[in-house]
Amino acid sequence: CNTSGEGARAVPLAGHVGFDSMPDQLVNKSVNHGFCFNILCVGETGLGKSTLMDTLFNTKFEGEPTQHNQPGVTLKSNTYELQESNVRLKLTVVNTVGFGDQINKEDSYKSIVEFIDAQFEAYLQEELKIKRTLHSYHDTRIHACLYFIAPTGHSLKSLDLVTMKKLDSKVNIIPIVAKSDAISKSELAKFKIKITSELVSNGVQIYQFPTDDESVAEINSTMNSHLPFAVVGSTEEVKIGNKMVKARQYPWGTVQVENENHCDFVKLREMLIRVNMEDLREQTHTRHYELYRRCKLEEMGFKDTDPDSKPFSLQETYEAKRNEFMGELQKKEEEMRQMFVQRVKEKEAELKEAEKELHEKFDRLKKLHQDEKKKLEDKKKSLDDELNMFKQKKTAAELLQNQAQQAGGSTTLKRDKERKK
Amino acid sequence: MIERPETAVPSIAQRNLEGYVGFANLPNQVYRKSVKRGFEFTLMVVGESGLGKSTLINSLFLTDLYSKDYPGPSQRIKKTVQVEQSKVLIKEGGVQLTLTIVDTPGFGDAVDNSNCWQPVINYIDSKCEDFLNAESRVNRRSMPDNRVHCCLYFIAPSGHGLKPLDIEFMKRLHDKVNVIPLIAKADTLTPEECQLFKKQIMKEIQEHKIKIYEFPDTEDDEDNKLIRKIKEKMPLAVVGSNVVIEVNGKKVRGRQYPWGVAEEGIFVENGEHCDFTVLRNMLIRTHMQDLKDVTNNVHYENYRSKKLAAVTCNGVDNTKTKGQLTKSPLAQMEEERREHVMKMKKMEAEMEQVFEMKVKEKKQKLKDSEAELERRHEQMKRNLEAQYKELEEKRRVYEDEKANWEAQQRILEQQKLDASKTMEKNKKKGKIF
Repeated sequence: CNTSGEGARAVPLAGHVGFDSMPDQLVNKSVNHGFCFNILCVGETGLGKSTLMDTLFNTKFEGEPTQHNQPGVTLKSNTYELQESNVRLKLTVVNTVGFGDQINKEDSYKSIVEFIDAQFEAYLQEELKIKRTLHSYHDTRIHACLYFIAPTGHSLKSLDLVTMKKLDSKVNIIPIVAKSDAISKSELAKFKIKITSELVSNGVQIYQFPTDDESVAEINSTMNSHLPFAVVGSTEEVKIGNKMVKARQYPWGTVQVENENHCDFVKLREMLIRVNMEDLREQTHTRHYELYRRCKLEEMGFKDTDPDSKPFSLQETYEAKRNEFMGELQKKEEEMRQMFVQRVKEKEAELKEAEKELHEKFDRLKKLHQDEKKKLEDKKKSLDDELNMFKQKKTAAELLQNQAQQAGGSTTLKRDKERKK
Repeated sequence: MIERPETAVPSIAQRNLEGYVGFANLPNQVYRKSVKRGFEFTLMVVGESGLGKSTLINSLFLTDLYSKDYPGPSQRIKKTVQVEQSKVLIKEGGVQLTLTIVDTPGFGDAVDNSNCWQPVINYIDSKCEDFLNAESRVNRRSMPDNRVHCCLYFIAPSGHGLKPLDIEFMKRLHDKVNVIPLIAKADTLTPEECQLFKKQIMKEIQEHKIKIYEFPDTEDDEDNKLIRKIKEKMPLAVVGSNVVIEVNGKKVRGRQYPWGVAEEGIFVENGEHCDFTVLRNMLIRTHMQDLKDVTNNVHYENYRSKKLAAVTCNGVDNTKTKGQLTKSPLAQMEEERREHVMKMKKMEAEMEQVFEMKVKEKKQKLKDSEAELERRHEQMKRNLEAQYKELEEKRRVYEDEKANWEAQQRILEQQKLDASKTMEKNKKKGKIF
């Protein structure tokens, strides 16, 4: 919360009231509650990410060195409880496994972006719940992204530029030159300048240590000019003088991790942990998370003002959303019903067509049949006529014959009779 | 008892540090940032007029919040209960505090005081509503916290017990704001009377299950001892004064009576005059932050979840399972959408089934119809064929008969011809006359 102090008139105090203990009250509460911090390490395999984490936090975190044969980029996260004096810190270290190992690295940044977004989403979901427990929520949002740059000495790789560009609006990026003991001092200076100018010309927004608070403005602005930090990590100790110090021993000399002439490790630790840890958390919450939230809500159709530029109240917004939503569902239902009605109509028409065709077919057949029948009838009739005629002929002929026979018979009889006379 | 949210304790790996890391400096970072931000606090005072509310505020904050230029509410005549706020900016030790005092003139002063608490409730709710709306905007900028963090309720020093109005008010407000009851104008009670009064009040508070603000236990035993001591003094009995008097060479704030001076600022070992110091220490020096946290984590969350649940369920029966409330209204809608999709799928499948069945039926009917017609047609055809055959047969018979008969006739004809030829011959021979 920010005190605007608007509408408030300043009044003098006649004595010691005691609210100057408020910061202490607040601090006591946060100490009791414990702190949490989440670091994401992005960099190719073999750049010493795990070793650097171990060195930074003076402890041995999990993990074995990974091989180079990962098929894609996966993110592995581990949470640890650390305590220093009375301060408890829940530290989550997220490593990108397999980054930069593939032949086609076009999608390498995707799993990282997805992971970061997933943490924002989880927080957003919690924040939107009706019954929520934000106070005891374990915040997994990434507060700082250490981007490990390979110590080539030349320039940034295109993979680096692409990845950082995709991440700069989602997370505080702190670029570091890894295994910087591979570069000589003069090369390093040139390298840093090259990197910085490439970042600027590509519009990559890296995290700037804040300079608005007078107590830390000076140190922060000095450190800003040392970015990217050239670091060396080591958990092995070497005796220098009469002390055991963290170092890497070479035949030609020993690189002391905490010697500011040798590398920027101490600067990184100062900035990341001792001075700006709280600011990193704050920026994540008030800038990166808010951006994510705003985009997400806008995507879902939420607005702050209606078309007449009058502000919506929460209730109105939700109710409007809900009505829209219900309307949508109803519309879908209606559409489906209509579709079915349509199908039924079509099918009915189809079947009616088929029926009609069937009847037509049989009507035709019937007609044929009728014709055939008629022909048959005709044939029958003509046969019958013939038969009748024949009968008549036969009858007539027989009649004649009978007559003739009778006559002939009588003639023959007569003749026979005559002959006998 | 007001529930406080528990801090989650996940099972994660412990690690020991082998050397200096530096995050022990985190508290300093937090300190620094909080000073830069500044602080806010809203304090509400409720009680009948004349109980010394304004005087107490001035005493608490050692300032003339209410003065000639900005007169306190008691100087103004009110007919109904108003809720008024005054905002001041005070600085101390580099720390800036924006203090809002909310006053309720007219409270309990009417003859009929039914619902005199309503304007107070409305005010508290409206501040929560403002915060909720600000929190729910798409574009969130600074969210000023104007929610009421503490409500001092002034009990008149009758010496007997709580009035019905006191009980009613506290019961209605204890779920919405941190209520700290105070016995006002304690200098009208003797210590013994005060003790009895306090006991009686606490008894009645417990009887009516009123949840007043509770001090949280700390991990420090020493602190806990102090806290327990304070708890025994509840409710705190206070005396306020705008006047500085000299007592034994010391300048103190007090009220001068013929019989002595009731001091409010000095914690005297052999008897305190009142609990003012205790109140000031607790309210400002040790528990101001906790009052804000309880307001944010408990009272505001209560308000918010009630408000959102009402919006989501939208008038639907509220006997839904608790599981529903662990979602955001949007997740709720998502789930409803999924349910709807399933319902639609089911409906679609059912409709599809019915459709298929009907189509099958109709097709079957058509087929049967076709078969029937075929059959009839076949029958008719066969019938016709049979008739044809019959006809053929008849014709054949007829033809045969005809042929036979014609053959016969030809024979007869021939015979006749032969006969007549012979007769002709015989006639010619004269044998036949």
